[in-house]
Amino acid sequence: MSLSLRMVNAMDEPKARRRLIEVRGLEKTYRTRDGDVPSLKPIDLDIHDGEFVAVVGPSGCGKSTLLKLVAGLIPPTAGAILIEGKAVTEPPDDVGIVFQSPVLLAWRSVLRNVMMPVEVRRLDRASHLERARKLLKTAGLEGFENKYPWQLSGGMQQRTAICRALVHDPKIVLMDEPFGALDALTRERMNLELQRIHQETRKTILLITHSIPEAVFLADRVVVMSERPGTIAAIYDVELPRPRSLEDMGNPVFSALTQTIRGHFYARGHLD
Amino acid sequence: MATTSVRTLARIVDSPWVRPLGLLVLLIVLWDVTVRLFAIPPYLIPAPIDVIKAFRVEGPMLLAESVPTTLATIGGFLLSAAIGIPLAMLIAGSRTIESYLYPLLVFSQSIPKVAIAPLFVVWFGFGMTPKVISAFLLGVFPVIVSGVQGFKSLDPDMRDLARSMKASWLQSFVMVKLPHAMPAIFAGLKVSVTLAVVGAVVGEFVGSNSGLGFVLQRSIGNFELPTMFAALVLLAAIGVILFWIVDLIERFAIPWHASQRQEFFVTA
Ligand SMILES: Nc1ncnc2c1ncn2[C@@H]1O[C@H](COP(=O)(O)OP(=O)(O)O)[C@@H](O)[C@H]1O
Ligand SMILES: [Mg+2]
Repeated sequence: MSLSLRMVNAMDEPKARRRLIEVRGLEKTYRTRDGDVPSLKPIDLDIHDGEFVAVVGPSGCGKSTLLKLVAGLIPPTAGAILIEGKAVTEPPDDVGIVFQSPVLLAWRSVLRNVMMPVEVRRLDRASHLERARKLLKTAGLEGFENKYPWQLSGGMQQRTAICRALVHDPKIVLMDEPFGALDALTRERMNLELQRIHQETRKTILLITHSIPEAVFLADRVVVMSERPGTIAAIYDVELPRPRSLEDMGNPVFSALTQTIRGHFYARGHLD
Repeated sequence: MATTSVRTLARIVDSPWVRPLGLLVLLIVLWDVTVRLFAIPPYLIPAPIDVIKAFRVEGPMLLAESVPTTLATIGGFLLSAAIGIPLAMLIAGSRTIESYLYPLLVFSQSIPKVAIAPLFVVWFGFGMTPKVISAFLLGVFPVIVSGVQGFKSLDPDMRDLARSMKASWLQSFVMVKLPHAMPAIFAGLKVSVTLAVVGAVVGEFVGSNSGLGFVLQRSIGNFELPTMFAALVLLAAIGVILFWIVDLIERFAIPWHASQRQEFFVTA
């Protein structure tokens, strides 16, 4: 199963600590007709290769803005983002994105939705088709390849979207509240799923979420953002061994950390 | 035996075309009863039986006259689609073009087509051209309006998704924008085709010596109300059939569209 997925063995470990994404003095002010909307105050952040970073913050603090900047979808007002030392000026090739809604194409089957990036980027069809099938299989969507998105539940749709983000084997996966629209049970299952993907593929993942437990459960580091214009209030290392199970949420380390992070928001308002 | 035949009957009664047909029959009966009850003279409202008689006597003429009307309708409709869809694309694609064009288009809609139809006769003479133009002028507006709505209603995340893959303009148009706009475009086309019938008739009213519009005009002048009603029935039939054809094309072109998706669902 893991043939097509990038696996990490012991040899790669030292290399894996290398900085992959560097955010340097990043600022964003939206210029609108009603005036300027400052959305990000200078932000500095390093993300290492293979690291799982979660970002939490009150709504409107600029989380999505940060993600779009890293994805090269909008230009920064000041500062820069470097991926492997190269400044991001257009959408980088080595990135896959998952949004809050699955944004699947209703007129394409599940398999053809997953293959969309391959078609757009004109990558080799045959090898990626095999990869797409494998991804769908590991996501529990075997047998649904030829179904249409509207024939799937919300959780299955979002899993399809995740497969689509992974199909061209990007180093980096950006996720903007990907499970925000799912019910609590499905969400927990998707968290386990995402942890598994991270473990097996060692992708560098930047996850935006408004669920503190989700952030702590999944991430190596949790970035806490302050209210708009957003900036980094704190960064916490999550010292829990992997793989983590849902029972670990009862672990004192887990509760202490979620409590600390929650404190940031109750000091000056609410998280959402 | 009996139960199966009852069930078959129930299924027929339940089928989607029986209901409007039933209502139609009811209306015709009501019409007949009203005419008899109030003794309305046939030069005001003919009884249904008179209209059927008119069909028997003048059927071949009426059918022959419906050919140019149908052709003008189809011509105007195709022109509406060919011009309306690209125009909708332009308007949805550029704020500048929208700000110039859209208000003018809305403004032009308030000009009564019947009033300017004679102008087309002056410009293009009797014949097909003025009818097609008149059908086009009525049919194009709904295509533009719903097309603009369809092209504009794209989810911003969807746009970002295409951009994140570095999709070219053509790729994102063909793969995302156009299919996404298709249901709205088809909704507009269905309105358009029925309006195009009206447009063709308006064209025939003012300057033509053929077509059902011309028959309407002439039979009113001669107080041949049964003929006129027969022509009206035929016009309605043309509208219904053309609408149904567009609906059929929609089913083939966008089988995934919401209004067509009922069959099977999977949950997990
Ligand atoms: N395209 C835009 N134009 C103007 N203002 C925007 C735009 N996108 C976001 N904003 C503003 O920037 C701020 C941050 O937005 P966003 O990054 O979406 O926040 P979050 O994802 O944390 O909820 C908000 O106040 C929002 O109103
Ligand atoms: Mg957001």
